[in-house]
Formats: sequence, C-alpha cells, structure tokens
Amino acid sequence: MTKSIQTGRRLAWRVGRLVERRAETPTARTLVLDVPGWPGHLAGQHVDIRLTAADGYSTQRSYSLAAPADGDRVELTVQQVPDGEVSPYLAGVFSVGDPVELRGPVGGWFVWRPTDPPPVLLVAGGSGIVPLMAMVRARRAAGSRTPFRLIYSVRSPADQYYAQELRQQSGGLDVSYVYTREAPDGWPAPPRRISVADVNTNGWPPEFEPSCFVCGPTGFVETVANILVALGHEPRRVKTERFGPSGG
Amino acid sequence: MGIVSPGFHGRPRSAAASLPPGQYLTEDFPVLSAGPTPRVPLDRWEFVITTETGQEHRWTWPELLALPSETPTVDLHCVTKWSKLATTWQGVPLDTLLAGVETASDYALVHSYGGYTTNLPLEDLLDGQAWVAYRYDGADLTPEHGGPARLLVPHLYLWKSAKWVRGIQLLHDDEPGFWETAGYHEYGDPWREQRYQGD
Repeated sequence: MTKSIQTGRRLAWRVGRLVERRAETPTARTLVLDVPGWPGHLAGQHVDIRLTAADGYSTQRSYSLAAPADGDRVELTVQQVPDGEVSPYLAGVFSVGDPVELRGPVGGWFVWRPTDPPPVLLVAGGSGIVPLMAMVRARRAAGSRTPFRLIYSVRSPADQYYAQELRQQSGGLDVSYVYTREAPDGWPAPPRRISVADVNTNGWPPEFEPSCFVCGPTGFVETVANILVALGHEPRRVKTERFGPSGG
Repeated sequence: MGIVSPGFHGRPRSAAASLPPGQYLTEDFPVLSAGPTPRVPLDRWEFVITTETGQEHRWTWPELLALPSETPTVDLHCVTKWSKLATTWQGVPLDTLLAGVETASDYALVHSYGGYTTNLPLEDLLDGQAWVAYRYDGADLTPEHGGPARLLVPHLYLWKSAKWVRGIQLLHDDEPGFWETAGYHEYGDPWREQRYQGD
C-alpha cells in the first residue's frame, strides 16, 4: 500500500537531566543536558521538550540544538519569552539535577553536514543564531575547511549569544554583525535593520553556489530570503527556519 | 503521564481542553516555510489536477474565482505545537474541483510553486474536508501565508495545507512529500499526535 514510505521507529521520549546552565545574555540560558541513549543529531536539528505539572497537565515546545552531537550531551539555548509558558521555566526554575523529557532529533531539511562541499552562508536574527551556532561548532569539531560566513543581526552587543566564542573563531569563518537598536562604541554605522548591502558585502556571490541558512523571526527571515533571491541565489539553496513570538 | 517537572505549573487549564495533545493556543498567525516565499503572478497562475492516466484538468486564476466558493471557519494545528482556533477562509472546495475528474487513485501528491510537495490520501480531500483557499480573514491571502492560493486541509497538521498550491497529482501509490521525506508523519492527524514518522 505505502510502497515508497518507510515507517520509521517512533521517536522515543527520553529523560534528560540538567548538568550545566550558562548565561548567554540577561534573558537567555544555555542548558546542557545529559540524555542517556541519545541517538545523535545533525547541526540544525531540534528537539521537542515536554513539561508536565503535578496534576498531569503537560505541554511541549521545540528548541533548536545549539551544539553538534557529543555522546549523551545535548545543548539548547533558551530565550526567555515574557509571559511564556515554557521558556521562563526552562531559563529560570529548571535547576541542575532536574529531569526533563525530550525527544528527537527532529527535522531533516535545515541541516548542515561536515561532508557538504559548498561554502556556507549563515544569517541569524536574534535567537535564530542557535541552530546556526550548532553548524559553526560542527564545522570546528569536524576540522572542516568549508568556508563559512556568518551575518548576525542583534539588537545590541548585550543581546549577543556566544559572544566570546564567536570572537575567538578564526580560520575560514568570517563573522559580521548588524546592530538594530544599539551599536557598540565606535561602530561605523548607526543601528539599523539588515539590508541588501549587508548580505551582498558579507555573504557569498551567488556564482559560488553557497548553501544559505537563514534563521530568526518571520519578518527577518522574509527580508533576508527575499534579498538572497533578488541577489541571484537559487531559492532551493536558501533554507529558512522561523521562530520567535510571532514567528511560530 | 510523563515525569513531573519540579516546579512547573503551566497555563490555566480552561483553554487546553479543546486542543489536540501537545498543542498550545496562539492568537497570532505564525509563518512557517522551508525557503523563500515564491511570488506568483496571477496572469500566469494555474491550478492543475493530473490523473494517473496523465489527463490534466486546468484552471486559470479567473476560472478559479468564477467557481462557487465556501467560507469555512476552521481550527489550525501546526506540528510545531501552536494551534489557532476559528480562522475564517474563502475558497473552492476540492469536491468541486474533483467532481469532473475520473480517477481510480487512492493518493494525492500536492505540488506548490517553489517546489514544495506534500502527500495525503485522496479521500482526505473530499467530503467537505479541503479547499483551495484564496482569502483569509476577509482579505486576499498574503504570500507569507501561501497566497495567491493555498490548500486548506484543517483536519491534518498544517504542513499538509500546502502554501502556493499549483496542482494535485493523483497516484495509485502513496509518494512522500517534502516534510514526509524529512522525518515527519505520512498522515499527520493532530488528534492522534502523528507528528513524526512512527508516531
């Protein structure tokens, strides 16, 4: 009946425990979980997290994985959304040693493999940096020489995730920043939204046929994806992922 | 019941009852798509149903708009966990479009401008369950939400409601679409929480 569809094994819910929590910004926390039996994942994939209250009520959310596969270690970065149901719990209440249910990895499209030959352009808006950072880290972990460029749009320097780690990157990864509300002292341009010039100057020419990954809030992703297509990048080379309060 | 998350209370429970398992309510209308938003000029837009024998049934944009339409009010459930209730659309029921189509197929593969595909059983497109929708909430459907026209199959997860729809291929054998190839469930019933392969 369903000749061409393989019915995979169900993704099991697993129990992870928080082993480490790091502040990325005043409102974002990186959570390192130990998940016995974790099957591994690709950079760009996400997991579903399920929280259950004492009366049995439960709810789920998806979070991008922030780091490549590393045994039973799973790393997420959670941005605390004001009035959110799950993120304030994960970023605030959830403590080292606490259990949490998760399943994954999920998503087979917005992924980068160290064996992929084309150059890579990553364009992040705000917390959209998370799955792209997993790609940056996967590249480094694999000793890949694939040239990477990252354009990172943030509100202000204080909102930058992974700031120190990105500063220390070198050797085939170029990082450029766009500040939308407040720029660092001495920054050559006033704060503004990402533009054609940013993507044209700090991205790759379309003739290089780069793989482009764009992640951020809906409006940001729409803008950047439209710019890339207008600059001549083939739409099928532009992979997008949208999230944020109004972005799914 | 899963393991209890120490110190987690969650939202007030009243709204949760009418939602499929694992879903939460949202008031805004999130956008999800895997790539750039295609722009489709209406003078070149067409919708094509292709049968298993290769027979084609075509509608231009004016021809689609000339067909009798319906204004269903439906709940939307996205596999990324949000649900939006009581959304109002305008579109042509697939029953109307398929009425003159002779087929022995059991499956449909939906194609979109931009290359997206999704598969579902043909019977899920019939009996007032699916539309080619071109208006949302009283206004023309915007490109971000799938305009000029998208499929609307609200009883399945929203990825089955292909944006920028351009046609339906009728097939004897099921053929996985874009997300179905990337690990998502082949059917996608939100009430049975069929999110991923094997669910």
